[in-house]
Amino acid sequence: MSKLKLNLGPQHPSTHGVLRLILELEGEKISSCEPDVGYLHRGMEKMAEKLSYIQYLPLVDRIDYLAGFFYSELFCRTVEKALGIELSLRVKAVRVLLLELNRIASHLLWMGSFLMDLGAVSPFFYAFRERELILKYFEKISGQRMMNNYFVFGGLRRDIAFLEDVENIIKILPDKIRDYENLITENPIFIQRTKGKGILDKETAFNFGITGVNLRASGINLDFRKKDYLYEEIEFNPVVLDGCDAAARYKGRILEMKESIKIISQVLEILRLEKEFKQQLINPLNLTLPEGEYIQEIEAPRGLASIYIKSTGEKSPYRLKWRTGSYYSVNLLRNILKGAYLNDAIAISGSLDIILPEVDK
Amino acid sequence: MNYLYFLYIEFLAKHNIPQLFGDLTFYIIPCCIIFAALLVVVLALVLFERKLLGWFTQRKGPNRVGFWGILQTLADAFKLLCKENITPRGAERFLFNLAPVVIFVPVMIALGLIPYSSEFTFMNFQTNLLIFIVIGAMPVLSILLAGWASNNKYSLFGAMRSVAQILAYELPMAFVILSVAALGSSLNLTQIIYAQSTRTGMFGWFGIPCIIGFVIMFICVVAELNRCPFDLPEAESELICGYNTEYSGMRFAIFYLSEYSMLFANSMLLAVLFLGGFLSPLGKYLSPIIFPPEISGVMVYFEQAFWLFAKTFLIIFVIIWIRATFPRMAQFDLLKFSWAILLPVSILNFFLMVIFKYLTGGGYV
Repeated sequence: MSKLKLNLGPQHPSTHGVLRLILELEGEKISSCEPDVGYLHRGMEKMAEKLSYIQYLPLVDRIDYLAGFFYSELFCRTVEKALGIELSLRVKAVRVLLLELNRIASHLLWMGSFLMDLGAVSPFFYAFRERELILKYFEKISGQRMMNNYFVFGGLRRDIAFLEDVENIIKILPDKIRDYENLITENPIFIQRTKGKGILDKETAFNFGITGVNLRASGINLDFRKKDYLYEEIEFNPVVLDGCDAAARYKGRILEMKESIKIISQVLEILRLEKEFKQQLINPLNLTLPEGEYIQEIEAPRGLASIYIKSTGEKSPYRLKWRTGSYYSVNLLRNILKGAYLNDAIAISGSLDIILPEVDK
Repeated sequence: MNYLYFLYIEFLAKHNIPQLFGDLTFYIIPCCIIFAALLVVVLALVLFERKLLGWFTQRKGPNRVGFWGILQTLADAFKLLCKENITPRGAERFLFNLAPVVIFVPVMIALGLIPYSSEFTFMNFQTNLLIFIVIGAMPVLSILLAGWASNNKYSLFGAMRSVAQILAYELPMAFVILSVAALGSSLNLTQIIYAQSTRTGMFGWFGIPCIIGFVIMFICVVAELNRCPFDLPEAESELICGYNTEYSGMRFAIFYLSEYSMLFANSMLLAVLFLGGFLSPLGKYLSPIIFPPEISGVMVYFEQAFWLFAKTFLIIFVIIWIRATFPRMAQFDLLKFSWAILLPVSILNFFLMVIFKYLTGGGYV
């Protein structure tokens, strides 16, 4: 049979202008896939070499606009560790609170768009309804819905407030998540579309550098939150499933949202006890890092995010490098789409939770 | 129909116009009525769907143009009329332009075959049902034409999927229709409706003994209309828009129009075959009670049309509800579902219905 070359994107409803997959088809079967990225490249790493640390801080949120807090935290943390600043318990708790809220928001958006890719329209709106609660809260405390720019070197812009809103959110969310499960998880068509589709075995996952929920859905217990100094006080269980398929990745994210709710309620308890807000801010105007190399990592919604900074003692880093989870997922498409049907290609690539700004940086 | 014909001839005779003219022009009138009614129905239907989908997904739906968004679809149609018709380079020009015409004609004919009330069928043949089935399968030709002539890979994929799907779902549908024809002892839709009036109200409907057939037919209709969860040919997240990706302006509007009219016609067929068509679900018509005796004779016809439309919209509501709930099926599961489950069950259903008919001694008529 002769092969048909198909350009999936960039002008395609499910890649919306930022990803191009060059597929080779035999009938409806994909025989090779070549992802072409770079449509959203903004030169994030090069920019860092020209800007001072405080000038670069607001841009960091934009690396992944759906999980801005994580990158903000990562960058702040690197600077704090380099300068040896200790955070107070309340500041740490607030950071965990916002990170987990952001994780829920990110997973909700993923769920909506994944179901949209599968052809179900309603869950998208339901997911956005709940995400809206979280974004409203972010707006209340930081003035921004998405690119919050709330963390600063050594602490927060201002103390946390409106905690009753968070209580409200974590009271509502479990009910809503149960609704999604009733609507989606047990749906026979959904099961048919995802069960056994896009199998990602342990070995491939390791070889391709997959992290985050995608890795844990393949049965590997690796959650960087366990080693994270922010999460020292908090008890939680990483979600590990051994389905290896799209259904397991879906299930993993749903369970992770539930786990995040548990973390948030613990954090609220800490915040209730620890009222005193003290932080040790740095004057950012003549901030320089001592000469050397710094690496920090964090468990972002889309896998391990890490940063590498090489400083020569100047006002801006000599070299800054980001490692993001989605980049490796896009690379995985080469492998995972081979032999799949065109019909499943969107479902499989959707289940990996690829966010292109994170890939292109 | 005869009644209307005599009214028309009488009206012409009053103005001294020869009967020959009446004979010739009489058949043009239904076409005009159908076309006008079609436009109104489709505009209403699109609004209905968008409003319902809006409510299902916690939105308001269209609410800007006109009071309560009533003129929204009209505005959209007007916008499409004003847009440029683009024929892509490399497209087969003649076939590309032919496809919208080919899809629209069968839709018009299909709507003419439905008995709207006991006296009002535009084309009343002895084998209405058979013609409807033949006509109903014709849009697939146009889809294939459109997909192939567009010179677009996505269109071609959409068209191929559509053809495979419609072929797969045509067969179980034919068996269900056979069983209904056996129950009603006729291929004429009006007579099938009358065959459902032997018991009081809803209890005479064929949807009750032939419930399996009803469900199968419903699934087949949804599949044949390429609607969710069988909307693979137009799967937005995979194939952009399927066979009509390259169409724009009025040509796109015609595809849209015929899609919705086909939805309407097929839902009406379901209502006619299984829900007693224009029969009142209460057993008796209400108009003799509501209206004074002078006009109640005429109003009965309107009431019959009302019942048919009510049942049709109920079916359409369910179809939209399904669209709001389910994700899309996968191509091969979809074909397997038809060939491996629906077809054997529909054949079984046919035999069951024949036995049922025999046991009730043909008394179900």
